[in-house]
Order: sequence, then structure tokens, then C-alpha cells
Amino acid sequence: MSEPILKVRDLYRTYDIAGGLFRKATTLTAVKGVSFDVERGSTLAVVGESGCGKSTLARMLTMIDAQSSGTIEIDGLPIDISKTGISKDMRQKVQIVFQNPYGSLNPRQKIGDVLEEPLLLNTDMGAAERRDMALEMLQKVGLQPEHYGRYPHMFSGGQRQRIAIARAIMMKPKLLVLDEPVSALDLSVQAQILNLLADLQDEMGLTYVFISHDLSVVRYIADKVMVMYFGEVVEYGTRDEVFDNPQHDYTKTLFAATPRADVESIRKRLAAKAA
Amino acid sequence: MPLLEIRNLKVEFDTAKGPFKALDGIDYTVDAGEVLAIVGESGSGKSVAMLATMGLLPDSATITADKMEFEGRDLRTLSAKERRKVIGKDISMIFQEPIASLNPCFTVGFQLGETLKVHTDLNGRQRKERVLELLRAVGIPDPEGRLGAFPHQMSGGQCQRVMIAMAIACQPKLLIADEPTTALDVTIQKQILDLLVKLQQDSGMGLIMITHDMGVVAETADRVIVQYKGRKMEEADVLSLFENPQHSYTRALLSALPENATGDRLPTVSDYAEAGGFQ
Amino acid sequence: MTKTSPVDTAAVETLKSESRNATRAMLAEFWYYFSQNKGAVIGLVIFVLLVLMAVFAPLIAPHDPDFQYRDSFLAPPFWEEGGKAAFLLGTDAVGRDILSRLIFGARFSLFIGLVVVTIALTGGIVIGLVAGYMRGAVDTLIMRVMDIILSFPSLLLALVLVAILGPGLTNAMIAIAIVLQPHFVRLTRAAVLSERNRDYVVAARVAGAGHLRLMFKTILPNCLAPLIVQATLSFSNAILDAAALGFLGMGAQPPTPEWGTMLAEAREFILRAWWVVTFPGLAILITVLAINLVGDGLRDALDPKLKRS
Repeated sequence: MSEPILKVRDLYRTYDIAGGLFRKATTLTAVKGVSFDVERGSTLAVVGESGCGKSTLARMLTMIDAQSSGTIEIDGLPIDISKTGISKDMRQKVQIVFQNPYGSLNPRQKIGDVLEEPLLLNTDMGAAERRDMALEMLQKVGLQPEHYGRYPHMFSGGQRQRIAIARAIMMKPKLLVLDEPVSALDLSVQAQILNLLADLQDEMGLTYVFISHDLSVVRYIADKVMVMYFGEVVEYGTRDEVFDNPQHDYTKTLFAATPRADVESIRKRLAAKAA
Repeated sequence: MPLLEIRNLKVEFDTAKGPFKALDGIDYTVDAGEVLAIVGESGSGKSVAMLATMGLLPDSATITADKMEFEGRDLRTLSAKERRKVIGKDISMIFQEPIASLNPCFTVGFQLGETLKVHTDLNGRQRKERVLELLRAVGIPDPEGRLGAFPHQMSGGQCQRVMIAMAIACQPKLLIADEPTTALDVTIQKQILDLLVKLQQDSGMGLIMITHDMGVVAETADRVIVQYKGRKMEEADVLSLFENPQHSYTRALLSALPENATGDRLPTVSDYAEAGGFQ
Repeated sequence: MTKTSPVDTAAVETLKSESRNATRAMLAEFWYYFSQNKGAVIGLVIFVLLVLMAVFAPLIAPHDPDFQYRDSFLAPPFWEEGGKAAFLLGTDAVGRDILSRLIFGARFSLFIGLVVVTIALTGGIVIGLVAGYMRGAVDTLIMRVMDIILSFPSLLLALVLVAILGPGLTNAMIAIAIVLQPHFVRLTRAAVLSERNRDYVVAARVAGAGHLRLMFKTILPNCLAPLIVQATLSFSNAILDAAALGFLGMGAQPPTPEWGTMLAEAREFILRAWWVVTFPGLAILITVLAINLVGDGLRDALDPKLKRS
């Protein structure tokens, strides 16, 4: 395997909860000492339930929030925005795709402007060059050039997620953080988006940090899996290690709770019901 | 006689772009003691049918049906007052967003008591007894302590349990669950599904599960209706649906499940649509 | 460098026309929801007529609004006994044609509404955006000042301001704008608060948008719907307040044919000549009602759009 592109060591994130008249001020630790590496061109899946800190982790990796302590290094570049701020260089390394395709696109911005915004802000390309690139990206994610001038509300959820992905890869980042990119989508659309992500990874050599609560999707897409529970990593290993031989109790509970859609388990359930 | 029988249900909405057909002639029947799952993706009209039955659609909807009977009573000709008697007592419904479905201004105990007050003639003390009994039945720990809790003080899973308690408060003959676990975590989903199935088996009521999740179908249903764009694609018992799906759309849906993935790529529904198209 | 663009000029043309179509589709949808509200359409028709009347006042008005016909003081409307066909709605105490004065008065009223709303809206949006976007101490300071302004009865505050600035139409407009401003500030701030944590704003931030761009280009366009509604309603409020100030002698000064001032001049003739007070009053009523109806229609047309997106 190649060298790691993302190195995270002992990462913490705490939130101060303001006290009130009858409450003492407290701190909440959303991410507690997380460390991991992601190799270039591979996919790390981060699994956990709501409130486990996986979205906080995503926000730190994409420089939306600063870490409280610990180090993040992306492609050799240390990231600590509370100390150094964000440079254009850093921004070209990592981008994010959000869960809800209905909220992540500005309703008053046409698709062309959505796609060109990162270029406009970070490069000195001319208008024609930006447009060419936006059209190229539209095609790459499976949309048509005539979609360029339309508004987000004229698209379905799956198409919007394609647009969000196109926006994220406009700057040709090395690392893409995907925060539950398919959980708001229908099953059939989910399959299309997963295929698209796999194609883009091959084509552009992207590295993914894929955040999800859906184990069947994770099993399909991940190379390595990290399970989080209340801010801590309880399980970290290759996909086969984690799925075939889970170590932590929580991972086992999670697997047991996932609904099974195979004929065997249906038969078993019906037999139990008849008895 | 089936519990709920609907023939040739059509629902149309008026929109800015002209009328939109949400449902195009679908039949539904549910027997007592049966779990029917209605599966479909967004835009398939899976929720619309049951909302139409409950009379919960907005005025912009036009509903027509050849037959719409609950226990032999024609729901189409019921007056608003009679309908209210049936709905909430004999048919009840739970929704996707448990926290939003409860009134944030009142305590859980009060809201449950209100439901009983409207539909039964129990006195105050009996109502409180019944509320506690219900909370216990849906597995809320420390029900006495929880009576005075407001919805925002409880987790999503607990709120959904309270919603279920409210829905079964009057021992309905039919419970409609519209995506009851979509907003919940996997481990909580499992608990809620188990609870629903257990309650259904204990009371012998009919249960309609509206969902987009094939896993939920596999875990709960006896019989399944697969819907696509307002039409019924397939209706079968759960085992034969998964074992031997008849319709190409059902096959497409099942093969799009990541756990059924065989090669490098997931087959998508449109692959099938291009091959044959769905009638 | 002679890099050949993959899109030739013809393709650029189609892109542009696609873009225009998208804009047109948005407008068509807006009009559909607006036209569902019959009252709003009626209000809009009346409002357009008023605007036309104001613009073409010199052509429509039968008389000069300031000319005093010495032979007909307080002539009643034409259908009353003693009325003349030359003065359709009668004349006032110094023999000026009321209809002509009303027609010219529409110019003042619409002008007042426009200027006041523009001042209040611009100020309100900037202050509200800053408060909602910055949060913290800035927010608290701005909002407390706005609370103080709001705690005065609006007309009283406007009166005080006019008393300080001196009577006159311009000062009255400034005073009314200041009084109306806090509503816009609050509304903008509330909208900004609900929008600023949406994913698309975060996405723009990740793309590298600065504070000003985030505030004015990303967030503001999504906050406009409630502001447009409030602006129309404030338009009628401004007309009403200006009329009140005029009535109290603090707004437009005679002989300006402003509706409120006309009412004030006619005060002493209320019992003798009902028409000198009734018609300016009716003009104010109809205008304010029409604009409020339009405001309701805008709310219907813009609100569901916000919920959908």
C-alpha cells in the first residue's frame, strides 16, 4: 500500500456549554483522542450512530471547525486553523459532500454559479475557462450541459447530490469527506451515487473518508472501517477484519440490529412467528 | 370480510404545473392480524394512499375510489364527525418524525390522557392507570417518572415509543406506521420494529408498514405491495417476494441493495428501466 | 495560448437561453401562486392604476391642483344639489378641484412610500445582516437599540423626530423610515439566524467565501422573501404615517396636495361639506388596502417556496 495521505493523531474536540441561572457551565467532549491514517486512493468508513462524534470529525477534517487538541496532517500539510488560518493551498486538498442534498445547495444560485464559486474564489481563471470546467464536471458526474443554467429546486435528490459532488471535486482535491452522502436518497439512486463515487475514485485517484450509519453501504464501499461510540474509536481495522470478527460489544450490537433482507432470515422469522 | 378494503384509489394534486397524479388506481386490502408492508421510493405515492384513507390530505387533492370500506363501513360517505370517531379510535397512525409529532407544550402524560379522554369514557383515575399501563407496554423505563416529561426531554426512540402508546391507546383495529424508524438509529430501529410486531401479535390488530427500506420489510411484513410512481408493481407474500420477485422493478430494487452486490458495480434501477421499462 | 474551447458560440447561446428559461420558470411559478389569491390580484390592479394615475397626473387631472376657482367655494360633488359637472368630486374651501388634488396627491403618497421603504429596507438589511451574522456583543447592542426604538409608540416617535428636524415632507419621510427600520432589522436578523447554519452556507465557507460574500451573496438572497412582504406592508404604513403627520401639520405643508394635509385643511368643514374630508380619506383607505392585499398575495407566493427549498 502507498503512504498515508491523511494522518490524524490524538484528536480532541470539546464544546463549552454555557451555564444558565440554574445550571453550571460544562464542557462536552464530542471527539475523544481519535487517531488514524488513510492511505492514498483508499476509502475509510467511519460508522456510528447519531451523536457519536462522526460529523464533528468530518467538520474538523474539512476545516469548518478547529480541533481542540491533536494534529491533522493532509498530504504533508499540517492543519490547525485556529493557529494558522486557512490558506488556498489547504482548501485545494480537501472538500466535503453533505448528507442532505436539499440543504447543501443555495436555492437562489444557478448550478453553473454553484460549480464555479470555488474556482472564482481560489483561482484566477477567466470566466470562459471556469465555464468550460464546470461543463466538464457536469458531464463527469453524469449530468447534461443544459443543466448549467438551472436552479437547484428543478432537480431530484439524486441529481442534487451529483451536483454537490461535482462542486466538491471542482478544485481537484486529494481528499473527499463524504458525510452520509447517500442516506437521504432512495435505494436505486443510492446505487447510482455509490457507482459514481467509485468511478471518480478510480479516475481521479481520490481518497475518501466516508461517514455513514448504514453498515450494508459501508461493507460495499470501504477498505478500512472505524467504528465510533460516544466520541471514541471502539473498533478500527480492515473491512474484513471488522465485519467478520468484530471485537467490541458495541460493534456486535450494531451488526445484530441491522435488518437482514435475505431469504434465510425471513424464513427463520416466519417460522418463529408460526411457532 | 377484510378489515380495510380499497378499490381503484386515485389521488390527484393541483400544482403550479397542472394536475399531478399521485396514485393511479391501486387496490389495497388488509385483514385483521396481518402485517402489510407498502414499499416504494419517494414519489411512489406510498404514504398518499393511507393519508387519503385517514382524510389527512390537503384540499388540493382530489380523491376517488370505487370502494373504500373499513369493517364494511363506507369511508367515503362518512360525515366529518363520524369519520373522526373511526379515525383515532379504530384506525390510528404513527409518523416518521416522532419528536415533531408530539406537542412540545404539553407533558407526555397529559397528551396520552387527552387521547383517552376524547375516545373513551374513563374517569381521571382510570385514565392515569391506563396511561401507565400503556407506557409500560411500550417499554418506557420508569413510567411514573416519565408522565411529567416534555417531549424535548426524551430521545427520539422514546418519543416514538410514546407515539406508539398514543396510537394503541384505544386498542385500534388497524395501525398505520408511516416510516416509523427512518429517523432513528439502527439499534433503536430494531427495538421499535420488535415492539410494533409484538404489539401487533398480542392484540391481533392489522398493521400497515409504509417504508422505503427493504430490510424493514424483511424483518416485519407478512405481505408486501411494491409501488412505483403511483402504481402497484407487485403484490406478494414476503417470502416469495424476496425469493422469487415477479416484477422487474422489484428485482431491480432488490439487486440495488449493497448487501446483494456481486460485482464491482451496483446494478441500478435505471439499468432495468432501460432494458424493459416498467408498466 | 490558443486553447480551443470545447463549447463553441452556438453552444454558449443555448446555455444562455436555458438559463433564461430557468429564470422564466421561476417567475411563472411565482405568478401561479400569487394569482391563486384573488384579493391580491385585485389589489395589484388597483395599485397599478394608482401608479399610472400618479405618473400621468398632469394629463388626467381636469384642473390645476393649486388653482382657486373664486366662484365656487365648497362646491359639492356633481350628483349633489348645486354640484357642477366641471368639479366631479366638488371643491374645497378655497375653490380648488378635489379630484385634481387627489390625483396629484397620489404622486406624493407613492413617493413617500417608495422613499421611506427604500431607506428603511436598506438600513434594516445591513444592520440586521451584521447582527445576525456576527452574533455576540454586536448583536446584543444592535438589538437592544432596536428594542428601545420599538418601545415608543411609532407615531409619537416620528412626531418627536420631526419636531427636532423641523416640519416638512423630507424630514417626515426620514422620521418614518427610522421608526419603521427596527421591523426590518428584526426580520432580517431572524432570517439570517435560521439560514446561517444551513449546509449551503457551510459549503460556501468551505469553498473559501469571505464574510462579505457569505453575508450578501450567499445568505441575503435567501432571506428576501419575508423582507419583500414586510416592505409592501411598510409601504402602506408609511403612507398612513405620512398622512397622520400631514394631518397634524408636521408633514407636507399646505398647499401641497398631500392626502393627509388635505384632511387637515378640511378639518373645520367636516360638518358643512362632507366631501372635503371623505374623498382624501377614501383615497388613503383604498391605497393602503390595495397594498396590503398585494402584500398578502406575496406572502402566499413566496412562503411555500421557502418551505419547498
